[in-house]
Amino acid sequence: MDSGLIQEVVSATLLAGTPLIIAALGLLMNERAGVLNLGAEGMMSLGAVYGFIAALSFSSPVLGLAAGLMAGALVAGGFALLTITLQANQVASGLALAIFGVGLAGFVGKPYESQSLKAVGEWSIPLLVDIPWLGPIFFQQQPMVYLSWVLFGAVWWFLYRSRSGLLLRAVGEDPAAAHAIGRSVVGVRYLAVIFGGALCGLGGACLSIFYAPMWVEGLIAGRGWIALALVVFATWRPFRVLLGAYLFGGVLIAQLFLQGSGVKISVPSQLLSSLPYLATIIVLVLISRDSRRIRQHSPASLGRAFRADE
Amino acid sequence: MLDWPIRIVRRDRPLARMRYLSPLMAIVLMMLTGMLIFLALGRDPAEGFYTFFIRPISSLYGFGELLLKATPLMLCGIGLAIGFRANVWNIGAEGQFMLGAAGATGVALTFPNLPAFLLLPLMVVSGALAGMAWGAIPAWLKTRFNANEILVSLMLVYVAGFLVSWLVFSPWRDPMGFGFPQTEMLSSAALLPRILPGTRLNIAIFLAIALVAITWIVLQHTAIGFRLRVTGRSRSAAGYAGFSIQRAVWIGLLCGGGAAGIAGMTEVAGPMGQLTDKIALGYGFAAIIVAFLGRLHPLGVLLASLLMALLFLGGEQVQQHMNLPKSISMVFQGLLLFYLLGADLLVNYRLKWNG
Amino acid sequence: MKLGMRRAAIAAIAVLGFGGMAAHAQPDVKVGFVYVSPLGEAGWSYQHELGRQALEAALGDQVETRYVDNVSEGADAERVIREFASSGHDLVIATSFGYMNYVERVSQEFPDVQFLHATGYKDGANFANYNARFYEGRYLTGVIAGHMSETETLGYVAAVPIPEVVQGINAFTRGARSVNPDIEVRVIWTNSWYDPGREREAANTLLAQGADVLTHHTDSTAVVQAVEDSDRTAWGVGYHSDMSEFGPETHLTATTHHWGDYYIDVVESVIEGTYAPSNLWGGHAEGMIDIAPLNDAVPADVAAEIEDLQASMRDGEFHPFTGPVVNQAGEVLLEEGAVMSDSDLNQMNYFVEGVASEFPN
Repeated sequence: MDSGLIQEVVSATLLAGTPLIIAALGLLMNERAGVLNLGAEGMMSLGAVYGFIAALSFSSPVLGLAAGLMAGALVAGGFALLTITLQANQVASGLALAIFGVGLAGFVGKPYESQSLKAVGEWSIPLLVDIPWLGPIFFQQQPMVYLSWVLFGAVWWFLYRSRSGLLLRAVGEDPAAAHAIGRSVVGVRYLAVIFGGALCGLGGACLSIFYAPMWVEGLIAGRGWIALALVVFATWRPFRVLLGAYLFGGVLIAQLFLQGSGVKISVPSQLLSSLPYLATIIVLVLISRDSRRIRQHSPASLGRAFRADE
Repeated sequence: MLDWPIRIVRRDRPLARMRYLSPLMAIVLMMLTGMLIFLALGRDPAEGFYTFFIRPISSLYGFGELLLKATPLMLCGIGLAIGFRANVWNIGAEGQFMLGAAGATGVALTFPNLPAFLLLPLMVVSGALAGMAWGAIPAWLKTRFNANEILVSLMLVYVAGFLVSWLVFSPWRDPMGFGFPQTEMLSSAALLPRILPGTRLNIAIFLAIALVAITWIVLQHTAIGFRLRVTGRSRSAAGYAGFSIQRAVWIGLLCGGGAAGIAGMTEVAGPMGQLTDKIALGYGFAAIIVAFLGRLHPLGVLLASLLMALLFLGGEQVQQHMNLPKSISMVFQGLLLFYLLGADLLVNYRLKWNG
Repeated sequence: MKLGMRRAAIAAIAVLGFGGMAAHAQPDVKVGFVYVSPLGEAGWSYQHELGRQALEAALGDQVETRYVDNVSEGADAERVIREFASSGHDLVIATSFGYMNYVERVSQEFPDVQFLHATGYKDGANFANYNARFYEGRYLTGVIAGHMSETETLGYVAAVPIPEVVQGINAFTRGARSVNPDIEVRVIWTNSWYDPGREREAANTLLAQGADVLTHHTDSTAVVQAVEDSDRTAWGVGYHSDMSEFGPETHLTATTHHWGDYYIDVVESVIEGTYAPSNLWGGHAEGMIDIAPLNDAVPADVAAEIEDLQASMRDGEFHPFTGPVVNQAGEVLLEEGAVMSDSDLNQMNYFVEGVASEFPN
């Protein structure tokens, strides 16, 4: 493989991983606050469809992203009401949100089925793009790639460098203690869940506005679930989300490059197509086998409801 | 804290009656929301209600279709309910369903000349085993490596899809089928006998009901049922009851996989009559709602599967006669589950007006 | 005039995806269409929908049509097909392969209803199948691609390896190599008929690997759009529909399907009472296959060559699979001058010389 082709593979990998990073960073935050929202697939679908409709109607990708973000935040708010205030089972509510979101997205998106948007071009970052070999890979990308890096930086800084981040983590680790010192567990969790939904919506919108760029029913195609897997893979640490998403994107892209290379491979194409999912399982196993490390990093109250009067 | 007009106050003890009332509340709320949706779309809500909920079952054929559609939902749902009771979150029933369909097809293709009374039970067993094998993967990875069963079982749905696709494209492709991705039609001995003339309803509905009954008896009257319940409530209490979480994981995933596998068998040996890559229609996912809506109780699962089947048929009718997208079915299903989960609050809590 | 406007309005609503029924007074024939994918603005089902609209436009009040889209090929399809048959439709048209066995069963239950099924191989007393010789268009687009390619590498994004898709890949390759024997064609399988995300990734992959003319056998416009959006010098060739609006600069042409005349013929004969079910595999001669208007970049002599080829296909003088047909291993499968039989075409399970990728087993 020549060096130009490697550049292509890496560049395509970054692109493929980006919507996953955005969604997974959001999920990471709400899980850090102790809430497990399995509805990522539904939130991404709604973000994708509303983002697409707004981007198409107003001819503005930025408004599209905003609409996707708000759609995700809105349904996540509903999820928060159900699980935090009404104390409903988080797993069941998340599954309901996944099914509802995918269904509603198909319903709302019906008149827009298979319509497309004008592709948003790549942005070259001045100076940086001139770095030999690496420049064109990292600094001549679609805007959403830079967006994902900014979000990564923001989430990292928030979690590890801000007082609010400390509170968020405390709420996830020991909600009773946080409550005892007068902090609003419910308030923090609401905000975290809504933030998670917003980023899932944004990730979905990135798919329909930048990546595809079109709307079709089933566009998300399991990426919400993969984002959830990424958070576990990352053991709830932002940098590893980045790593995991690029790993996943890399497997996805590599199998296409293998097929397109014209190299005679006698492996069934179905096996190649299932590689990203198999890779996710294998990575999950590798990361989870050390249960101490998982326990050490996973928010202690993850998935459990909290009531002040208990 | 904010001063809400309504406060949520814990009941002294759970109101048992609410556990059965809340599904009914959820159904009524879903229907009302549905009427509002029709109204918002500028359609006559009465016509929408009729087309969605009444028209699908207003003929004998429709009634047969309802039971036919409910069969795999009931089977997948009862299997999931067993695991959910013990907090084992198998959401990969869709993949286990596909494997079951493939397992049953494999037997039917290998022994085309067996008489029906041997072949059909063999297909049920192989379908169940194949589904269990697919369920065993997340169980093993969970118990051995602590890998999250929700994610592993879900990823395996995609892998199962590609596996079935490979089977019908390569080794099992009908040699007389002009290369299309399908097996040959199964021999008549491999098809489940139909029981209601003029409909597609077959004996699998009895199989499903029998499995529901057996599950009920086992859960109510045996130590396993008790232990599963205990494990679901509290992991530490399960330890005292002499029951390891590991065993609960295995039982949950094997039961879920086995039942979903049988459901896959009833689909190939029933309305499909062959294996294709279009075998899976989302029963495994819909069954998650069936299990919750049925309160993880066998009788509840039976009723919930009928309701969920109606929602599928209704969506199709609304599509065919009112030109609305059939994804409205999934909107209704999701709403139903939301309302149920919300209404469940009233089991343990009551609402109290402030002031 | 007024009627025309009403039809236009109906068509507009139908394109939006919510149409389907026109309230005519007592039509002679009621026809129900079953589509496999959601209706968009291009693609397999969209071409059938254009056929349905042409039928309504041609026969006016004599015909009433309905359609259902997004009908999966699983067991539920039988209920949808039966619903048409049992609700007073005289003709049910099921437009995807996977409906075949359901159509067969329902047709036996409703002997007074006529059934048409696209792309299958079964038929019956009131059940006929029809299909188009897509490979004719593929060959022509291959010739154009062969002339336009600088890198001598063509890319093909394909859904699943069934004979119809394989025919297309082979015809495209033969067309291209008929004008440039050094051409090679690379294939990426998406394992799905309809997954624009993956189709776009596959297209970008092929572009990165040096293919400069791309075509596809999938149901979305993603490949044509990916070429249009790419910075590279490359051309796209559409399929099913004229996709030039999705690639205004780079869309060379497309193999297009045309079902309207066939539907009109069938329904007219039903109205006249002369209809007798018969199977049809139509190509240029029957007007079922054509190619979209050529991009201005295609030189005039190439355009003339294509017109000649089309004329000879219409006359039945030229067949894209005229020997020698040589497979990837170099074995001659069909002697020079011989024309491949329809049954051999329908069972094609190999790649011809010039396809770089391994045939999937």
